[in-house]
Amino acid sequence: MAVCETHKELYKELDEFIEKVKDKPGILIAVLHKAQEIFGWLPQEVQEYIAEKLGLPVSEVHGVVTFYNFFATKPKGKNQIKICLGTACYVKGADRVMERFLEELGVQAEEVTPDGLFSVHPVRCLGACSMAPVVLVGEKDFYGKVTPDMVSKIIAAYRRGGRNE
Amino acid sequence: MTPITVLISVDSNSILLGAREFANYMKDLIKEFNLDPIVTVLETVSLGSYNGVVIHVLPDDVYYSVKSKEQVRKIVEEHLLKGRQVWDLMVNKELIRPAEKFEVKEVRIVTRNIGVIDPRNIEEYIARDGYFALSKALQMKPDEVIEEIKKSGLRGRGGAGFPTGLKWEFTAKAKADQKYIVCNADEGEPGTFKDRLIMEGDPHTVIEGMIIAGYAVGATKGYIYIRGEYYNSVENLRKAIQDAYEYGFLGENILGSGFSFDLTVRLGAGAYICGEETALLESIEGKSGRPRLKPPYPPQVGLFGKPTVINNVETIANVPQIILNGADWYKSIGTPNSPGTKVFCLVGDVNRRGMVELPMGVTVRQVLYGFGGGVRGGRELKMVQTGGLAGTFIGLDKLDTPLDYDSMKNHGVSLGSGVILAIDDSHCVVDIALNVMEFFRHESCGKCTPCREGTRIACEILERMTKFEGTAEDLDYLRKIAEVTADTSFCGLGQSINVPLLSLIDNFREEFLEHIEKTCRANVCKAVLKKPKVQTK
Ligand SMILES: Cc1cc2nc3c(=O)[nH]c(=O)nc-3n(C[C@H](O)[C@H](O)[C@H](O)COP(=O)(O)O)c2cc1C
Ligand code: SF4
Ligand code: FES
Repeated sequence: MAVCETHKELYKELDEFIEKVKDKPGILIAVLHKAQEIFGWLPQEVQEYIAEKLGLPVSEVHGVVTFYNFFATKPKGKNQIKICLGTACYVKGADRVMERFLEELGVQAEEVTPDGLFSVHPVRCLGACSMAPVVLVGEKDFYGKVTPDMVSKIIAAYRRGGRNE
Repeated sequence: MTPITVLISVDSNSILLGAREFANYMKDLIKEFNLDPIVTVLETVSLGSYNGVVIHVLPDDVYYSVKSKEQVRKIVEEHLLKGRQVWDLMVNKELIRPAEKFEVKEVRIVTRNIGVIDPRNIEEYIARDGYFALSKALQMKPDEVIEEIKKSGLRGRGGAGFPTGLKWEFTAKAKADQKYIVCNADEGEPGTFKDRLIMEGDPHTVIEGMIIAGYAVGATKGYIYIRGEYYNSVENLRKAIQDAYEYGFLGENILGSGFSFDLTVRLGAGAYICGEETALLESIEGKSGRPRLKPPYPPQVGLFGKPTVINNVETIANVPQIILNGADWYKSIGTPNSPGTKVFCLVGDVNRRGMVELPMGVTVRQVLYGFGGGVRGGRELKMVQTGGLAGTFIGLDKLDTPLDYDSMKNHGVSLGSGVILAIDDSHCVVDIALNVMEFFRHESCGKCTPCREGTRIACEILERMTKFEGTAEDLDYLRKIAEVTADTSFCGLGQSINVPLLSLIDNFREEFLEHIEKTCRANVCKAVLKKPKVQTK
């Protein structure tokens, strides 16, 4: 694979991190966290690269990546919409919120919209249960007590660029 | 002019409402108006129950609830700048802190600093007796520390209730060149968010507890294994650890005692099973989080094969206060077999949802009505799940059960992680059962067949029932599946699926039978033909 300029930059950032931590025991998961932060997801090449750098078999790296929900082996939307289907949210109607998101965006769960802007992910408890049902966009934008009627507004905000714009 | 302090509630609920932005916006405005010499803005954790983000202005002792930046601006321009209170945004103190009206009194041990101090300021923690327990412990002999914890009767708050002092003693007695303290902060139980609020609101308590544990058992290294999704907790913990190093509470030769302790944060990556202690150890070692065979138990063979104490966040947060105030004080709270307090998370169909710390032995009803203010919107309470997803579903007849580590044995009501999920009569029992089992199916790590297959079959049966295609044989089979899976599974996940399933079937058998007769009294089941599955990979 020809590594283009931006990719080179990204690999460099990853290298720097690995250099810093590679002697710590059991560091693979932390490296994968960093790699996903840099690349947005974990393409096969990146997994192979990490395996080589840490001196681990690719199969082991791949095994760990697929075990944990957090690690993505497919690209995700620019805005990942995570909908909690934990029990506390479920009894407050999270499934209807989920359905509305899929309907409005015209995708299946885990699928990316054609413009690359959104993907919808059912997730487990987000630890904000007292505000159920809970939707998390990206890593930090929490929405509580979400009703299906709020869905189009939330989507529109991210089409415009973000929560507060 | 008298200095003004503005406290802004930045707990998880408030963050959802924009508290972070409000706080930053307020700080910007204060600079803009050159108010910074007299006004200090502090972010605290929960200030109480509210609709908007609660702001407390001192020394005027005025509470506001704000929902937008404009309202923040109004408070700055009117109250802070001109000294005129903004009546339309003010909220009654009594409404914010209904603790006085509360039937059972809150006892704040592990939550005592939450909302009171700025979690990102180590000096405020120290001002509230922070790190005094550490200094006291370091003057005791390690086995005296263990003895004190044993005497206090503290039991693990992560669900299993194992005596903490005993666990420490096993680890202390194991011979090894290296030992570890691990804090289990992988809180993944749906409905539970107490560990998160403790770490966000008072990270130093957790750190102090871990150092004391390390000293007691002879461990020099600690890991906090925390859910990767808990951004704020991670931030606050990392900051707190850094400060603790700077102040000499972590690192070499702590407070001149000769004892050294290092602490690292490790992020989980979204697998519920990693909350199980041996799976968690695998994960810290950088592997897939599949449980290990027990015995040997972690106090003998734990992290990297070395003796390891694993304790829940809430368990550890109790430690400094026990050392500081003594085992006898601790035992005076709660019940004889379960001393101390429990942090409960009340969720579901109640008027007031949230977290509250109460003495062990309070009843489900007291939490539900005393703290929660009863069921929402005039509906009828149908059932309550206690203890987490692997906990029991109970009917109204069991609401007066006192909650402690014996309530499971004596009354069939689990305490678990302290969740209380209220479910009103708009919900269907079978549909809830399906949601619970889908969670287990998804989170089953797949290592052993009974759990992997048992959860799948249970889901299939329940799904048929919600489509009115289930038979009486199905119901019997479901029972059997639950029992066999529980008996033959490898770890606590599979071993506990019988608890929610059987309590549902036994306590609400009639509703299961109605589904075989093709009716659903809550009118849920005809509508759920296409349900999204909890399938993330
Ligand atoms: C499937 C499963 C999930 C668990 N999840 C957690 C968890 O999220 N947090 C926790 O503290 N303990 C959890 N536990 C319990 C731990 O295995 C362990 O008992 C606990 O961390 C011990 O700490 P304690 O003695 O302080 O309670 C879980 C157990 C099982 C079987
Ligand atoms: S019981 Fe379930 S979670 Fe536990 S080891 Fe077996 S498959 Fe994995
Ligand atoms: S169950 Fe949805 S946030 Fe906890």
